[in-house]
Amino acid sequence: MSLEQFIDLLIQHSPALIVAIPLIGAFLTPLIGKINDKVRNSFVIFIVLFTGFIVFLLANDIYSQWSKIHTYVFGGTAALKEGGFAIRILFEVDGMNIFMAIIVSILAIAGVIYSWAFMKENTGLDKYYTLLLLMIAGMFGMILTGDMFNFFVFLEITSIASCALIAFWTNKGKTVDAGFKYIVISAIGALFVLFAVAILYGQYNALNMAVLASKIQFSFLDKIALVLLITGLAMKAGIVPMHMWLPDAYGRAPSSVTLILIGATQASLYAALRMMFTVYGGKLTTTMNQIAELNIDLNLLLGIIIVGLALLTIFIGVLMALKENDFKRMIAFAAVAEIGYMILAIGAALTTIFSDTGATIGYMSLKGGIFHILNDALDVGLLFLVAGAIYYATKETSLNQLGGLARNMKYTTIFFLIGLLAVAGMPPMNGFASKLIIYESTYQVNPILAIIAILASILLLAVFVKVFHSAFLGPKLPKFEKVKEVPKSMLLAMGIIACIIIFIGLFPDLVVNNIVQPAVNALTNHSNYITTVTGGI
Amino acid sequence: MIGMSKIVKTITSAVFPFVMIYGLYVIAHGHLTPGGGFQGGAVVASSLAMILVAYGSVWVVGRIKEKHLSILESLGAIGFIGLAFLGIILVLFYSSYEGSFFKNFLIGQNTIPIFNEIGKGLSNINTAGVLPLMNFAVGLKVIAGLFVIVLVMAYATRVKEGK
Amino acid sequence: MIYNVPYIAVVALVLIGLYAVVFKRNLIKIVIGILLIENGVNLFLITLAFRQDSTAPIYHGTGSRLMSLPIPHALTLTSIVIGVAVLALMLSLVIHIFRHYGTLDARKIGREEE
Repeated sequence: MSLEQFIDLLIQHSPALIVAIPLIGAFLTPLIGKINDKVRNSFVIFIVLFTGFIVFLLANDIYSQWSKIHTYVFGGTAALKEGGFAIRILFEVDGMNIFMAIIVSILAIAGVIYSWAFMKENTGLDKYYTLLLLMIAGMFGMILTGDMFNFFVFLEITSIASCALIAFWTNKGKTVDAGFKYIVISAIGALFVLFAVAILYGQYNALNMAVLASKIQFSFLDKIALVLLITGLAMKAGIVPMHMWLPDAYGRAPSSVTLILIGATQASLYAALRMMFTVYGGKLTTTMNQIAELNIDLNLLLGIIIVGLALLTIFIGVLMALKENDFKRMIAFAAVAEIGYMILAIGAALTTIFSDTGATIGYMSLKGGIFHILNDALDVGLLFLVAGAIYYATKETSLNQLGGLARNMKYTTIFFLIGLLAVAGMPPMNGFASKLIIYESTYQVNPILAIIAILASILLLAVFVKVFHSAFLGPKLPKFEKVKEVPKSMLLAMGIIACIIIFIGLFPDLVVNNIVQPAVNALTNHSNYITTVTGGI
Repeated sequence: MIGMSKIVKTITSAVFPFVMIYGLYVIAHGHLTPGGGFQGGAVVASSLAMILVAYGSVWVVGRIKEKHLSILESLGAIGFIGLAFLGIILVLFYSSYEGSFFKNFLIGQNTIPIFNEIGKGLSNINTAGVLPLMNFAVGLKVIAGLFVIVLVMAYATRVKEGK
Repeated sequence: MIYNVPYIAVVALVLIGLYAVVFKRNLIKIVIGILLIENGVNLFLITLAFRQDSTAPIYHGTGSRLMSLPIPHALTLTSIVIGVAVLALMLSLVIHIFRHYGTLDARKIGREEE
């Protein structure tokens, strides 16, 4: 069998392989770990690199044609409907899915390389790598699936595996407490999602997203299901009334786990987008005239509520970050504020994208929001990796005890500077490009939104400059005499992410036209989705 | 936890094989009657938990090591995913084969005739191709997994003797 | 009216579970609240499968009585397995918390200064 045919075979079966290869790697790791430690670490890195390679091949295939959707049916050749019912589980990959898969694979590769040196002195590393690979498989499954109940199963797999990883350092009390908070909120959110899936199944006898999208009529029970879905997924994404677990879980977990946990949070946000735009997509313009006799469209009402929550999230994230003294908790609050930016752009897009006059503003706003998903994952990830490096070198987490580290740790300082400029939205980094699109588009919806967003950006810059000055600059402290630079694998992981940040910052045009634009097209092209998945089998 | 009296230990040893056989019956007939991998595995794990309660966790931990159970659990999972992968890998060997992940490749083929008996009656086990084999793999994993959870929790919260 | 009783039970279970998670302080009571919500959702899934005068969906080749839908049975089974895994994880974390702090009161854990 020639190389051409082999690569074609890989691309044809790739949605299943992307989920199955980390899964089988996770179950082989305890057996391989009995041989040696280095063999097990190399095996894990090989599996993650191979999965990243398959994601790259699939991305090449999808971007080659205009709005192509790649579907894959489990357990059958091509028969999705037998006798008129859709009975098999379906994975479908379009522009939006492959965008999230690229983000998750970059974070996974960086996280696994970082944890080679960071976790070296801990015991129980067999279980750590098994859980890490399970979490990566769960995240890929959550992103690539086209079936509602399958999505719930992968959501639970991801939250169980990540809770066990957050509570990994069981000798400290605070870490276990953070894990408990995380699993309580995750379990309740996922059960709300299951309730909504059961309501939709009971009405329409379909679990497939495309079949549901074509059959849905917006009855009273569907409204309850929409509210439950968005609430359940917002609990997992860290939007403000339900953000309590985020500072604890991000702040007290090992840093490589936090990096991959950012991917899980954003996959839940992607799922909320997918439910709103694709499953309920055809009914987003219905007029809801039962609310106090106002004739208001559904998308306008939903957009206003989401924009209100976004402003609250940005405020609370930035204000709580100003008063923190713990390094990682401060970055976690900045992450909450960044999620607020994404939701602001999406809410502004929802209000204008279906009207005739505002459609271009809506598309630009959606483009900014989706571009910001990529940038935020990389920026906040780099900051967390730097915080982990400082913890590894000095065993301190509180800002009051740190000082003058720039003399000993040169590379770490440079990486922190790059992350600081990127989060605050300064020009040569990628944060500037996406935040500029968000400012421009939300200004045209309502000027106050853009003013609040710019103010929050300036406050974030103030917060991180304070951290930079107190942790890195200043006179050398006597207790940090022997602090050396961190090992090479951690530097390599930070370097990969920093290079991608600078590349996106210097050529944002390339990235927006080739990667973000197909994602926006796939998300709003509702009828193409339904006909391709259910018709062309 | 401390074991119970001699009467309880004797009756437990007498009942234990029957419960295990019932659990294996539920696993093996999963595609014909209600049951399957998880349900049968839970029954067998509850019989092992009965042994744990009757004999005491210190005695049981002295005889069964947790790492052997971990290897059994990994073997069960690898069997399940391996059978799912064989749906794709057989494309490399038979060129006229259209497969996908989790495809039931043992039905409707002539190479191994033992699995080809669809519709022959209620108590015929090999009528569903790959499904009974997957049931066994899942049952093995559930037995090992649930027993390890109960064993480690019981051992971690035991009361220490003689303060 | 008699056929609406399972749906009323579902709503009652979910509301009592939410009350237990939000307002109780003991960690074990919070765990029991999550279990109540999960049992309510499982009951809802099974109630959706019932048709009037139907029997269990086992193919026995004799006669053609109406059978209830088999898909919600499979969904409920998957949900029960996930519930077992989440319960095992939560109880292990409660054991660790008790060993570290000596108390199970949710207002007294996790607040120490480093």
